[in-house]
Amino acid sequence: MEFLRPASWREALEGKAAHPGATPIAGGTDVMVGINFDHLRPSALLDLTGVPELTGWSEANEALRIGAGLPYTRLINELGDRVPGLAIASRTVGSPQIRNRGTLGGNLGSASPAGDGHPPLLASDALIEVESVRGKRLIPATEFFTGVKRNALAEDELIAAVHLAPATGPQQFSKVGTRNAMVIAMCTFAIALHPDRRQVGTGIGSAAPTPLRAPVAEEFVNAELDWERRRPLAESVAHRFGELVAQAASPIDDVRGTADYRRHALAVMARRTLSWVWHDHCSGRQECA
Amino acid sequence: MRLTVTVNGQPHEADDVWEGESLLYVLRERLGLPGSKNACEQGECGSCTVYLDGVPACACLVAAGQAEGRDVRTVEGLADGERLDEVQAAFVEAGAVQCGFCTPGLLVQTHDLLNRKPNPSDAEIRESLAGNLCRCTGYEKIMDAVRLAAQRKATERKAHA
Repeated sequence: MEFLRPASWREALEGKAAHPGATPIAGGTDVMVGINFDHLRPSALLDLTGVPELTGWSEANEALRIGAGLPYTRLINELGDRVPGLAIASRTVGSPQIRNRGTLGGNLGSASPAGDGHPPLLASDALIEVESVRGKRLIPATEFFTGVKRNALAEDELIAAVHLAPATGPQQFSKVGTRNAMVIAMCTFAIALHPDRRQVGTGIGSAAPTPLRAPVAEEFVNAELDWERRRPLAESVAHRFGELVAQAASPIDDVRGTADYRRHALAVMARRTLSWVWHDHCSGRQECA
Repeated sequence: MRLTVTVNGQPHEADDVWEGESLLYVLRERLGLPGSKNACEQGECGSCTVYLDGVPACACLVAAGQAEGRDVRTVEGLADGERLDEVQAAFVEAGAVQCGFCTPGLLVQTHDLLNRKPNPSDAEIRESLAGNLCRCTGYEKIMDAVRLAAQRKATERKAHA
């Protein structure tokens, strides 16, 4: 095995071009499990922890650019007020030790349907910035996941950053699992209100081969919400929204839960989170992680 | 590779290190520091928690190659010679040690918590230790120990103020 230690982003891209089979590693919270248990024997490891360009974030023209290597702990502490949905989701990742090391880029790279960071990116119309020596491109989060644990990256591309707008309205994230901490999701749901364009964004996790949105549910609720006068949410609307979210999913039965339970839990989470964010919106209060 | 790493304030070198082996393996098998425990190798039990460049991390999930040139502090580095750190002393006095397998990770994590939040609420203690599994104590003595250590540190700060 070769171990590549680029000291700059340019060097990292050159390393990836020269070793397309190299597995990128930052926090190692997924890769090292594979190596420790002999499930993964990469021909090369590309250590990105020495690439300073990856661990920062910036804000310009009403968009945040979050470096792929920013650890969850820093994301929560430094950006929790701007991206509350993502911060809530980040808090549910692993443990304090894991969050100190784990990164959004690594989560995206492994592309697990259960990845906690994915649904909030979908709900917020995030763009994934990927780059190779050939150039840079932005992939909408909705197009990034191509199958179970598969993503849209080309062989020589690396994830550089995530772009998303700071929250203009309340956001929420909800997760069902076997316990309160250190748990792989049975299913997750993220919701983001975008009052500036009178739209609701959603994200579903661990209830389909890939994370996904619930477009029919979004269209339904966009039409039903009274953005002008901010009237209380009708219970029937919340209930119907939950049903439509559940219908958008295509869950499986597995060791963590049954398909039926996942659909049920999604409907409940969708109904609740919609009520929470709408209530916050009506009262003018922004929920923070 | 030849690995150069600072551990508990001392420079160390290890030869014939495979870059993909874990930092935990390096500490235990190459540097003779068995304080960090190997119980799960998947970052779930927290018994291998060490400071990596001042931040608590599971040593089993750090590739040896990533540790090159870094600063590591293990549970062995908490004491000052024969003098236990307040956290260690509190764990002993509160009876928070039983088989002791989880203790090294808990000590490092508690040490970090109290440095960041000198007076943590019970909820903050539990959240901070969510990544440290214990089979024996049932956690209550651990909670007692963390509270005791926090009290002691507060008393010490007042004495120096």
